[in-house]
Order: sequence, then C-alpha cells, then structure tokens
Amino acid sequence: MTTTTTAVAPGAGFGAVADPAMPHGGARLRWAVADALTITKRNLIAYTRIPESLFFSTLQPIMFVLLFRYVFGGAINPGEGLSYIDFLMAGIFIQSVGFGGIGTAVGLAEDLQKGLIERFRALPMARSAVLAGRTTADLVRNVFVLLLMTGVGALVGFNFPNGALGFVAACLLVLFFAYALLWGFAVIGLTASNSETAQVVAFPILFPLIFASPAFVPLTQMPGWLRWFATNQPIGAVITAQRSLMLGAKHVPGSPSGHVLVALAWSVGILAVLAPLAVWRYRRST
Amino acid sequence: MTYAIEAHDLRKTFGGEVRALDGVSFAVEEATIFGLLGPNGAGKTTAVRILTTILSPDGGTGSVLGYDVVAQADRVRTLIGLAGQYAAVDENLTGRENLTMVGRLNHLTRDVVAKRAVELLEQFGLTDAGDRPLKTYSGGMRRRLDVAAALVAKPRVLFLDEPTTGLDPQSRADVWAMIEHLVDEGTSVLLTTQYLEEADRLARSIAVVDHGRVIAEGTPSQLKANLGATVLDVGLADTELAHRAAQILGAVGAKSPTVVGTVVELPVDDGPHVAMEVLRLLDQHALVPTTFRLREPSLDDVFLALTGKRVEGDEAETANISTDGRRRRRKAATAAATTSDGGAS
Repeated sequence: MTTTTTAVAPGAGFGAVADPAMPHGGARLRWAVADALTITKRNLIAYTRIPESLFFSTLQPIMFVLLFRYVFGGAINPGEGLSYIDFLMAGIFIQSVGFGGIGTAVGLAEDLQKGLIERFRALPMARSAVLAGRTTADLVRNVFVLLLMTGVGALVGFNFPNGALGFVAACLLVLFFAYALLWGFAVIGLTASNSETAQVVAFPILFPLIFASPAFVPLTQMPGWLRWFATNQPIGAVITAQRSLMLGAKHVPGSPSGHVLVALAWSVGILAVLAPLAVWRYRRST
Repeated sequence: MTYAIEAHDLRKTFGGEVRALDGVSFAVEEATIFGLLGPNGAGKTTAVRILTTILSPDGGTGSVLGYDVVAQADRVRTLIGLAGQYAAVDENLTGRENLTMVGRLNHLTRDVVAKRAVELLEQFGLTDAGDRPLKTYSGGMRRRLDVAAALVAKPRVLFLDEPTTGLDPQSRADVWAMIEHLVDEGTSVLLTTQYLEEADRLARSIAVVDHGRVIAEGTPSQLKANLGATVLDVGLADTELAHRAAQILGAVGAKSPTVVGTVVELPVDDGPHVAMEVLRLLDQHALVPTTFRLREPSLDDVFLALTGKRVEGDEAETANISTDGRRRRRKAATAAATTSDGGAS
C-alpha cells in the first residue's frame, strides 16, 4: 500500500548498491539542493507573515534613509564635492543587511526551541538543508532590501556617481559579506537557548561594528584611536571598498582594487571560520 | 521474524548525570499498536527520539523493520513518521503549506504532495482551515495537523509521542479513531502516553516505564488483572477515620487498601459485590462514608501496584501513612490524575 508514494524513483543506477531505494551520487546531490530550496521557500513565506521581520526588511531601512538624509545629514560634511546621500548609501546598505542578520539568529533559535528541527531530523532530508535553506532565504531577503533601498535612495537624490557598473559591483560585495556574516548569526541562533537570548547576544556584537565605522560619518571626524578601529574592523573595510566602487577613486583615497581585496579577504575569512562552526553547532544541537 | 520496532537494552545519559534510559528493551509487532506508558520524565520521549534517529544511544541497539537506527538512519527515516509531544509544526505557515513542506522533504513529487495534502486536511477535518496560518489554530487543530504531517509519506511505522496530551475529549477520540484506522491498514504504531485509559483502549501490548526502565510488560488486561479490575474509593470525614476504615477493609479487596488523604482506595476484582460487603462492614463499625465510588484504575494505581509508589507530580509532597504502617510519600497531583481518569471513563 505504501509503494506508490514512499519514494521518488532513485537516480540512474551506479552499479551495485546495497540498498537500491536509497539515493546515491547525483540523485543525492539533487535531493540536497531540492531540500535546501524547500526550506528556503518555507523561510521566505514565514518572513512575509511575521510583522517584525517585515518591518525590519522594509519600513526600518526606509526610515533610516530618510532620517539620515534629512535630519542628521545636514550636520555631516562628507567631503569635497560629494552630497551626503551619495556618501550615505554604502553605510545604509551595511546597516540594513547587518541588523537583518539578527533575524537569522532569532529564526534558528525559534526552530530549535519549538521542536521543528527535531521533526526535520527524523525526515529523510539532507542534513545540510536547514542551514543552507536559512542562509539562502536571508540572502534573498538581503537582495530585496538592497533593491528597495536603491529605489528609495534614488528618490531622495542618490545619483550613482560611479555609474551602474560600480554600483552593482558594490551591491554584490555587500551581499557576499552579509552572507558570510549570516553564518555567524547562525552560530548565535544555534547556541542561544531561546530567540530572546539570540537577539540579546547578536545586537551588542553588531552595534559597535556598524556604528564605530565610516557608515554614517567620515573617518576624519573621529578621534585618532577610533579612526584606527573604524578603518580596520571588517565592516569598516567593507564600507570603504563599497564606496570606492560606488563613488569612484576620486572620493576614496587608495586603490579600489586594494580596498575590494581587503573586503573580500574579510568575507572569505569569516565564512571559512564561521560556516564550519555553525555546521558543528547544528550537529550538536539536539 | 522482523519486528516493526525493536529496542534492545537502550541506554542514554544526559550530561553525565541524568540517566534517561537505563536498559530499555521491547519489540513491536507489525500492524499493531504498542503503548509506552509512564509518567513525565520516565524516559518515553528519549526512547522515541533514539528510535526515530534524532538521538544516538549511549548503549544498546534499536531497529525499525530490521534497519538499525544508527547505522542505517537514512533508510529508517524513509520508513517512519513522527508526531511529537510538542506540536512541531511551523506556525507561520498554513496547514497546507506545512503538509507540502514535509511531503517535499520526503521527496514526494509536487503532484503527489498536493493530493496528499487535500486528503489529509479532509481526513483530519481541517479542510476549511487548510489555508490559514497555524497561528490561528486551536491546540487541538494544531495537534491534528502535527499527526497529519507525520502521515504525509504514508509511513509504515508511526511514532506518536503523547499525541493526545492536552486535548479535549472529542479531539482525543478523533485521534484514537484515526490511529485505529491506520493500524487496520497495516501501519505499526509506537504510542507513548501518560493515560492508562488510552493505552488500554488502543494498544495490543504495553510496556510501563519508570526511571528509564521497563517495570512491567504485557497486554492491558494482564496489567489490570495484576492490579484488580477496578478501584473502590471510600471517602471518610477525616484522616483518622480513614485509617480505621482501611484497617477494617484490609481483607476485602484484591489487594490491601491505601489511604490517600481522607479517602480509602481499594483495588477490587468484583466491584459491585465488594461494594456491598464494604458498606456492610462500615455499617457494623458505625462508620459513615462521605463519598463512595467505583472507578477504572488510573496509571497512578498501576504504578502504586507495581512499584509501591505514586506517579510523581510536580506539586508539594504530603506524607501519608499507609495501612501496612510504612510511610509513603505521595503528591497532591494524584487527586487531579484520578479525577481526569474518572471523568473520561
């Protein structure tokens, strides 16, 4: 009675296998991708139904663009020949995808707390799907947030000083960096005992990195010791690289490719350390 | 023969301290319901988590339809369905989306999943609620959806971890009818429960677990025969009178009576006959009962008979002196357990 629906036909036979009903080789990989996409879809649907996450991915970034553009912007001098909104966009991008990552930590902590991951563990799905699906969904959310803010930015005067190509390159860079950060948030979510703790832990780590950086204020307006930190910490480095791509070399001292290399190195380094750590935490979290 | 589920000497200790399973063995025949009966913290859920591949045992082996739950975990996962004690469904998704997700993660095709979702929503009376997010569901609806999700891939072996805890009587009866239907169709079921009545009604055989060990095993009727088929509760005006009554009634029942507060609990084989005898004896000694009722034995009574102690609740302890003179500890929660069992029978 069960044979009609219990299993999809296995992939092409790979010689003698002990258990023909189990997937091997290509079929196994295909299932892993399909499972990750199933979880991605589930997380994206959930985001549209949680008012807080809708707020943090839509209204809040818009409010920040408007707040800095019209309220604080007038008091900040971004440097010769540069309007504040052009200066601001790189910082706003990092801030939105950074704080958005807290949702990754909270979501995973909730899945653990509510027993959903227990159910996943008893299903014949790929072990990798929960983390792969979560980070993919959050990458999609980040793409959406960047598009939304680009639209809002353009409406309030952002005019792509280094052309479309530079702008797109900057967006890709920030998306990659944010993707690496997501694995850090995953570690927090998988380690915290509940979603509130996840939030409380993630926020103070993120806050100084985002605000003690050139995100909203030029480095020249900071005291020397802070300037050193703001320049060299990862988010500061990524913002500088973004600006060199978005604004062009004449507004950012130093070579653009040099800045981009430093930012990429940070991203790859963070990913290389935190992704295995998250996977390890996931395996241990029963 | 190959059993649907086999547990052999399962052991699990958490954090080096808490011994959740201390050598649990049992076997579940195909197309039957097996009841794992025990109080909170007895180790029921730990056994289920090991047998559903979620947790690795520290010692012992488990298998599902002959496949080892550790070495062949992937294979086992294609054969089982699990509905947890805490409804593990995504409350941001609709009922249909939850079923679809679980179906897709079982690698069923989109068409098959869509059809199964319609069938299951219908079968569990959730068709109207199928496209609403679970946040809007009642506890009973959520639980039904949780069980439905366990059935999407038509598993041959189903694990139900306290599927009716916290449900109202109607929802409980619905879940029971559904489980019986599945077994008629050939599904094997491992059911954990705190309710003797539930195990009695559904299970062909039962293992009673306490502190990570199986303390009794058999058919429901064997267990109850061991105990006395019914319990006669005789309430007296105060504790002192209750103890006097217990002494008088010592030889009447199937086993010696227990005093719980002001009530004498007497396991009996032949309820109505013993009841008359009890009333006659009380009358002879000029004792007037304030309450008097015959009821089905509760899990608490089974435990008392098997272990000489009460199921542990989490309320304040009160010490009671039983008729054989030993001091027994019991929990105030017993009263609640007794009431709920009496109400449902």
